[in-house]
Amino acid sequence: MIKLSVNGKAQEIDVDPDTPLLYVLRDDLQLNAAKFGCGLGQCGACTVIVDGEAVFSCLTPVSVLEGREIKTVEGLGSETDPGPLQRAFMEEQAAQCGYCTAGMMMRAQALLQKTTSPSDADIIAFMEPNLCRCGTQHRVLNAVRKAASLMKTAQASPAKQPAAQGAAQ
Amino acid sequence: MNALTHKAFSRRSVLAGGGALIVSFSLVSHGFAQDAAASPPKPVKLPGSLNKARLLDAWIRVGADGSVSVMTGKAELGQGVDTALIQLAAEELRLDPKTIRLITPDTAVTPNEGYTAGSRSMLDSGNAIRNAAAQAREILIASAATKLNADAAALKLENGKITAPSGASLTYGELVSAELLHVEAQPKSKLTAPKDLKLIGHSMPRVDIPAKVTGGPAFLQDLRLPGMLHARVIRPPVYGATLQSVDMAQVEKMPGVKSVFRNGSFLAVVAEKEFQAIKAMRVLAHVAKWQGGQKLPDYPEAYEMLQKAPADTITVVDNHHPGTAAKTIEATYHRPYVMHGAIGPSCGVAHYQDNKLKVWTHNQGVFPLQQAVAQLVNLPIDQVQCVHVNGSGCYGHNGSDDAGADAAFIAFNMPGTPIRVQWMRDDEHKWEPYGPAMLTKISATLDAQGAITDWNYDVWSTTHGTRPGGARALIAGWTKDNPFPQPVLKPPTSPESDGNRNAKPPYKLASARVIHHFVKAMPLRVSSLRTLGAYFNIYTIETFMDEVAAAAGVDPVEFRLRHLDDPRAQDVIKLTAEKFGWSKDKLPQGRGRGFGYARYKNSQTYVACAVELGFDRDSGDVRVDRIVAACDSGQVVNPDGLKNQIEGGLMQGMSWTLYEQVRNDGKKITTRDWASYPIMRYSQIPQQVDVHVIDRPDKPFLGAGEASQGPVAGAIGNALANATGLRMRDLPFTRERMRAVMGA
Repeated sequence: MIKLSVNGKAQEIDVDPDTPLLYVLRDDLQLNAAKFGCGLGQCGACTVIVDGEAVFSCLTPVSVLEGREIKTVEGLGSETDPGPLQRAFMEEQAAQCGYCTAGMMMRAQALLQKTTSPSDADIIAFMEPNLCRCGTQHRVLNAVRKAASLMKTAQASPAKQPAAQGAAQ
Repeated sequence: MNALTHKAFSRRSVLAGGGALIVSFSLVSHGFAQDAAASPPKPVKLPGSLNKARLLDAWIRVGADGSVSVMTGKAELGQGVDTALIQLAAEELRLDPKTIRLITPDTAVTPNEGYTAGSRSMLDSGNAIRNAAAQAREILIASAATKLNADAAALKLENGKITAPSGASLTYGELVSAELLHVEAQPKSKLTAPKDLKLIGHSMPRVDIPAKVTGGPAFLQDLRLPGMLHARVIRPPVYGATLQSVDMAQVEKMPGVKSVFRNGSFLAVVAEKEFQAIKAMRVLAHVAKWQGGQKLPDYPEAYEMLQKAPADTITVVDNHHPGTAAKTIEATYHRPYVMHGAIGPSCGVAHYQDNKLKVWTHNQGVFPLQQAVAQLVNLPIDQVQCVHVNGSGCYGHNGSDDAGADAAFIAFNMPGTPIRVQWMRDDEHKWEPYGPAMLTKISATLDAQGAITDWNYDVWSTTHGTRPGGARALIAGWTKDNPFPQPVLKPPTSPESDGNRNAKPPYKLASARVIHHFVKAMPLRVSSLRTLGAYFNIYTIETFMDEVAAAAGVDPVEFRLRHLDDPRAQDVIKLTAEKFGWSKDKLPQGRGRGFGYARYKNSQTYVACAVELGFDRDSGDVRVDRIVAACDSGQVVNPDGLKNQIEGGLMQGMSWTLYEQVRNDGKKITTRDWASYPIMRYSQIPQQVDVHVIDRPDKPFLGAGEASQGPVAGAIGNALANATGLRMRDLPFTRERMRAVMGA
């Protein structure tokens, strides 16, 4: 049994310790957001946040994750109560097929948790590991800029605080 | 059961339900229904795909509760078609788009609209749904007029409720009866006039994005059926190799493994959990013994093969009256094999139960796959159902049909168990059908005044179309026992298709000859990649036009305008030049600007594009800084959706042009991941990409998804020539190639 904390919730999973986190998220926990893209850490579709850092869940065995906080797009909010990053992606229509999007979002979230006002150069450099084939990179940049400003507004207003931190389920 | 599973399983019940309205549901076209012995009158032509599925209720259904379902045979591939179709139906039915339920491709339910390809979704499905919705609205209004004993013109329609001047009203649900919309469509509809449009022409947020950004079940990869097992397929190491032997026993003992399935050279493993299947796949790949295999040509052998292999000759333009020639310019161009490169490798899910095989696929044509799968497993076609569920963007015929067929083949041999096949990254990179290598040759003559007096163009290419087409189009079909022979390659019969798409120049030419050499060999598996031959034909024509303009001593934008009659072409070019700030001024050393133009298929969206870039001589790096484009897609349904498509095409076209080529070592495909087949990354995107839309509400919809890749390639080639003085004939402009060329 491996004990994990995913989106603030404790999980016990009966799985081989060498299993990459991606398969535990998708198969054992039935979470959809993190995607299989390459299994090689080359495309970023599987990106999640572990203790504040963006990681490739396709390469990270669950055995090294006990006691660490894992966050996925599901932890940012929901369709009915989207978090600021999700709202920004919806408002900027920052997707075409959307397959890479959840990975893009988690990498962007990791950046915005560290840097509240990233420059365009900061965002571009940080997003480098994530591939998009449809060509929506500019829309993603717009969404990340917008999310940064939404998060600041939310922090300035106490009523919006929970949304800014992500509606952990 | 999650929401996606529920949706997939409940479509038929939803359609059959809705209370009073259970109609006999016929998609049979008028033509098919004729008595074969009689000589039937030719049915009147109907708008879009209504011409094939001619009954209104094949497209629009109203339930007794007033719920409205709209059916389409075109698939959402990330291009936003679901949203645009809902906008059209809601506009004509005067409904809130949120109340419309769109039923997406399913062989048991929706009209057969063939493939979602060729930028035809708005032409085919868009026109069908818009016209069907307008006609349904008028039928409902007429019915209300009778029932309310009022003049139809005096009725008020709002949100599915029709109110008479007396105040009495009836809803769509109250008006509808089994027969009301079960009627053949008319050729003409009372479409909403441009000035009255409330939804068409206004940006509407995509209906599929909320689930995609919140972890909802949005993709086929997210479909989890009860009792579903995970499968992986172990492909031959090289094309044409056959499986000699494999020690299945040691893999069968591995944890979670439920079955090792072998049929001829088709080898798969089925396990309880996904990572167990992957581990078993790795062992199987290690112990499987393969034999034989074919040789592959790399470059330049692949290009030499194109000119040597047997070919059919298709005359595209035959108007050869060469005039006086003061100057002749000629050039030869090459484009390598290019991948679709979906970020999500292909996936398929299938379930065989009670003699029925159901396949969930993210492919472009559920009906052709149904036929191919039926042939593959030898079942009558009515015992196979194919259902489309969104997948990763495919950009043409990638591995999706094969993955669906893999799942179907395994599931057919494991009755009662749903099977999910997920291709690995190297499966997709090595086995998808690539966009074919091409070679073009062009020569033109100019008179003393710089006018083009003759134009000779030849394009060599293997086929751009090996879609199903039967089980022979599927890898499972040609690797199983008693394999189906691989596809027979047939030259295209329609204009503007295959390798000759956009081979016809858009420019006014007094004398022109254009020949397509349809090469019958296929050393690398190829098929339809976004634009087919258009991308490279446009690249060739647009970069050559620049050379000709330079030879004539005329500015390239001005030169294009002089050779174009179509005012819509002129408008996109002028708008692009204006927004870009096109100028004849010399840029600093190492910087260049370039222009490109095309009308996709010479009949669809117009795109002009200007590019500014920098070239670093030491590294060989080409850095595109700025792209400005303008498009005219006729009447625009969703402006932001259109912009997204044009932007995406610019970025993908830029990636093909600068970075991409499929390679092999004479036997194996060596571009098997994103390290060996790099595509554009964030650090390479231009600082600025602007798309300007010219809306023409009085003109028909034009397909847009494939319109910008060719023009951006031409503009980049021209900007690079402007920066370096060198005309690049061969794609892509990798650092290695640029260094080699500049060093020479």
